[in-house]
Parts: sequence; C-alpha cells; structure tokens
Amino acid sequence: MGGQGGGMIDGWSVARALTDPASVARLDATGWTRLLSAARALSLIGTLAEIMADRPVPYPAARVLADVRLSNAAGLRQALWEAECAQMALAGYPGRVVLLKGTAFAAAGLDAAIGRSIGDLDILVARDGLDQVEALLLASGWEWVKPDPYDDSYYRQWMHELPPLIHAERDRMIDVHHTILPLTAGPKPDAAALIADARELPSGLYALSPADMICHAAAHMIADGDLSGGMRNLWDIDRLVRQFSSEDPDFGDALAERARLHQLTAPVARALRLAHRLFGTPAIWPIRPGVADALFLRRITAVDGWGRKTRKLTRQGFYIRSHLLRMPPAMLARHLWTKWRKGHRG
Amino acid sequence: MALAMRHACFITVGPARFRIGSDWRAPIDELRALYADYPLDEVVPDFTVRLQATSALRRYVRPQVAIAGDFTLPDALPLPLEQGLLAAEMAMNLQMALGWRRHLLLHASAVSRQGRAVVMTGLSGAGKSTLSALLAERGWRFLGDEFVLLDPDSGNIAPFPRPVSLKNQAIAAMEREVDDETRFGPVLRDTPKGTIRHLRPRTEWIEQMARETRPGLLLFPRFGFPRAVRRMDEAESFVRLTQASTNYVALGERGFDALTGFVRSVPACAIDYATGDEGVELVERLWSEQGAKWGDRAAA
Repeated sequence: MGGQGGGMIDGWSVARALTDPASVARLDATGWTRLLSAARALSLIGTLAEIMADRPVPYPAARVLADVRLSNAAGLRQALWEAECAQMALAGYPGRVVLLKGTAFAAAGLDAAIGRSIGDLDILVARDGLDQVEALLLASGWEWVKPDPYDDSYYRQWMHELPPLIHAERDRMIDVHHTILPLTAGPKPDAAALIADARELPSGLYALSPADMICHAAAHMIADGDLSGGMRNLWDIDRLVRQFSSEDPDFGDALAERARLHQLTAPVARALRLAHRLFGTPAIWPIRPGVADALFLRRITAVDGWGRKTRKLTRQGFYIRSHLLRMPPAMLARHLWTKWRKGHRG
Repeated sequence: MALAMRHACFITVGPARFRIGSDWRAPIDELRALYADYPLDEVVPDFTVRLQATSALRRYVRPQVAIAGDFTLPDALPLPLEQGLLAAEMAMNLQMALGWRRHLLLHASAVSRQGRAVVMTGLSGAGKSTLSALLAERGWRFLGDEFVLLDPDSGNIAPFPRPVSLKNQAIAAMEREVDDETRFGPVLRDTPKGTIRHLRPRTEWIEQMARETRPGLLLFPRFGFPRAVRRMDEAESFVRLTQASTNYVALGERGFDALTGFVRSVPACAIDYATGDEGVELVERLWSEQGAKWGDRAAA
C-alpha cells in the first residue's frame, strides 16, 4: 500500500501533520478522529498538541488537544521532579550522573522536549559506580520491580542497565544504565567517553553531548528495540539534528567522529535516512538509499485510524530481529526456553 | 489490512464523547439500545475504545472480548462475548479514570435538587450507586453513579449520567422500584462482579446532562449497618477524597485547588443505613437541614 493518495496510511498522516501543520486544514471530523488516534498510538499526540497550539483547529479536536497540553505540562513537571529526587538520593555518589532520553531533553531545554511524553527516568553512571548508586537508591525508597532471580541475574550479566527500580511512594521507575546497548549486542559503544564528554546542566546533573545524544537515540532504535516506538524515536532525532546543525554548521562531522568511536556509524546513518524520508530532516550526511529502509518505514508507520497496530508479520519480523540483535542464536534459544518454561511471554 | 473496525458507534455522556469499535455486532447493538436516549451522532471523540478478539480464532470460537483503546491496563482480563456490553462499559470507565483531565474525577455518585448536589462516595459495594438510583426514582435529578466531575475553575459539578450498573441484590430492588421494563439492559450473569444489569436514567436527566450544578452536601454512605450519622471534618473528607479520585495526582495543583475548594464549600457526613428506604430518608433529612441554611440562595 502506497504512502499517498486516498488510502494514506495513518502513520504517514501523523508525520505529515507534524512537519506540515497547515495540511490539517483539509481534515474533516473523521480525518481528525483518525489522526488523533494514530498519533496517540504512536506516542506523538503530545507533540502534535504543541505544534497545533497556535493554529486554527476545529472545536472538538481542539478540546482534545488542549487536554493533552495540560497533561504535557504535568508530565514535564513530574519528570523534572523525578530527576531532582534521584539527584538528592545520589548526593553521596562522587561520579557524574548523566540524564538520558526525554528527561535529558527537558532538563537541557531542547526542542525535542516540546510535547514529548516522558515515562521512566533513565540515567547513565560509570559501571564501577553501579553498586554504590544501587545502594543509595534502595536506601531512598526505590525497590525492585522484578524479584525474579532469572531476570535479575540476566540483567546483571548481560544488560546495559540494572533491573528496573520503582519508587515505592511515587510509583515512578528508574533505569540505571552503565552503557547504551546490551553487552550482548554487536556494537560496543565507549561508555567512558559518553560520560567524560557529557555536558553539565544548571542543576549539577549531566546530559550527553549533542553528537552522543543522537548516537544513543539511533542505537536505542536501530540496534536494540523492535521499533515499537520508532516514530517517536525518529522525531527525537529530527528535532535534535535540526537544532544542533543550526547551532553548529560542522555538526555532521562531529557526529561522524562520535558514531565511529561508538561503532554506531551504520545505525546512525540508517536513522538519519529514515528521519529524512519521514520528516524531511536536513541531510547532514550524504543520503544513500539503504536496502531495508522501506521495510523499516513499513514497520514504523504501522498504525491505523483506530490506534491499532497493523502489519502483524512485519512487526513480528522486527520483534525476532530485535532479539537476534541483542544476543547470539544459541543464547537466544536458551533465553526463550527459560522464559517459556516460566510462563513468561517474549 | 483492515481499514476500519467492523462495527462502531459514537456515544456522548455529559461532557465526554466516546467512539466504540467492535469486532462483533452484538456489543454495538446492545450499546445502541441501552444508550438510545443519548446523543449518538458522529463527533471527534475524546476517547476511542476497542472491543477486539484476543486472536483471529477467538473471533468465532468461544469468542473473548479484549478491552483496548486510548488508555489500557496491562493486566485487564478478557470477557466472554455475552458480556460484551460490560466490557464496553468497563473500557469507557477506564478511559475516564486514566485519561480525563478537564475535571477532577471522584469515584462517587450524585443526585441534585433545586440546583444543589449531594455527592456520595465510598468503597465499592458501600451502596452509593444503588442509593443514587433510588433517589433518582423519588424526585431527585440523577447526575451519575460512577464518576462525579468537579470543574476546577467554577467548582461546579458536570453531570455524567451513565446507565446505572446494578449488581446482585440491587437488581431486584430496582426492578421493584422502576415499572418501565424498557429502561433495563440485558441481565449479565457470572461476570467478575457477579450478576449485573444496567438501568437507563429517566430521559429528562439525560436531556439535561449538559447543565452543571453546585455541590451542596458530601456523604460517605455505608449500606447494611445500623443507622448512624457522623459529621466529618474537612481534613478527613479531603484525605478520603484524594483516595477516591482517579486523576487527583495527574491534575497537580489544579486538582489540589479543586479538592480543597470542594471540601470547604460543603458539609460532610458519614452515614450508615440498614435498608434502602432508610438511606433515602437519611439523605433527605440531612439535605433539608442543610437546605434551611442555604435559604434563598439555592438556584432554580
């Protein structure tokens, strides 16, 4: 099915509305209904609401978007407060605490934070500081989410983060990373360089350098996940690239150097191509069509006007791929066997 | 690729607009019948709800309805298709509980008279729903049996008069009270909450559902206990209502202001009663004691 004409796929219609907000003037009530549902399913309704804030939107849709903006404001406040709570809990930790993803965009005041939904708090610390960070968090009211011994030892042996912790009173999760990809994945990002090059924020917390932010976003999307949040990830990359390249004309070169250092040149190139196709992101690297780009875009835009995930086969393919990327086949078989015996899904 | 859900309808209740899609015809037909008096025209909805088969096979063989939509809980259990109506109701409640931001939402029932509302809240099974249904058959305006919507700016209550969800013994009690059989939905047996039957509010209360009202009295009813009345102070009401609200935390400062304004503006009592008649009588007595103080200020 093509990406244009009357049978426009709803993931593409969300991309269109975000990049060309004037285009929504053509929408009737059904069109708005489908757009809002698809945007919500893609976790981009917050962004859509902010982009449409100063534009004429028909009343019933405007009402929905106004509510979303209220939620955005509350979500932003909560996310920054959560970062502050973690900072207070980690006051005794001498190393750098680096904010990642949405909370970092918000704390650094980047355009990518505008309307972005922020779930868990993600932080990065040096691997040799993990034990101390873990102990400090546990002493300040965080507790384990998964008390399962297999999951726990799996995380500790193979993952790039501690098993997730949740705060007993505030009910918010924190993911403590020591690098940005699972240890079983192919590329080996230079975690020490990520931390050493991080930029200090006014609060005393840190955020990744501009180039490393994009390396992380691309690694997270292309080399790790099953692309279920792919469209939102690409939107992050679009906003970051636009902002950083307008502030620094040589940003493309800086990004190339960091991507090489972290062994992430191919994922970053792929992410830049996909963002260019979907959102018209400025081509800071030469754009050469990639073999499977069309398949990635099929997966990323797979949502309908009811908010349902479509293209089941494509999605399953990417789900299996996500596991193959994270671990070698024999290890994957052992992992899935253990999970299946325990009655877990996936 | 399916371009639309096979069956769909739109329902407006008070200020909230729903779009409900279903893989089967039956739940949509049942909704249309139960909500016959409500606006059913197609509008851009606040929430989308989906009743979908748990798998392609399950659409036909011992069909199971999974609840999905804009807001979902990860561990929501599917229901058999015969309980599709209940699944739709639960899904609509869930959207309100998790997604509504325009009002502070209290898990409570409410009725009003002369422009003043009695808000009744309490744990599930305390009898607030049945008590509101009884009052609504005895001259009170019905504002809702599940959620009370408190406007953070005006302090007013926006009616949300969904059909009353009657459970177990309450079904027979209301069947005796209401002589119009067409206002009842189908009897749903063996649901996770026991036997359930819906009762559609009187048409006049549905027609007036856009008209807001002032809060007048806050009650914490408990059915099945010897008759007792206890005054409750603002602090205890406040704490209990934070627990009865599904979006108090999400509203942040607006929620705090709305709730403190509410508990300061109304007197509150915990009431215990042994029978429905006794409950009605207690509410009416407390209301008229309070009404004397409002005097002429009561709006029409």
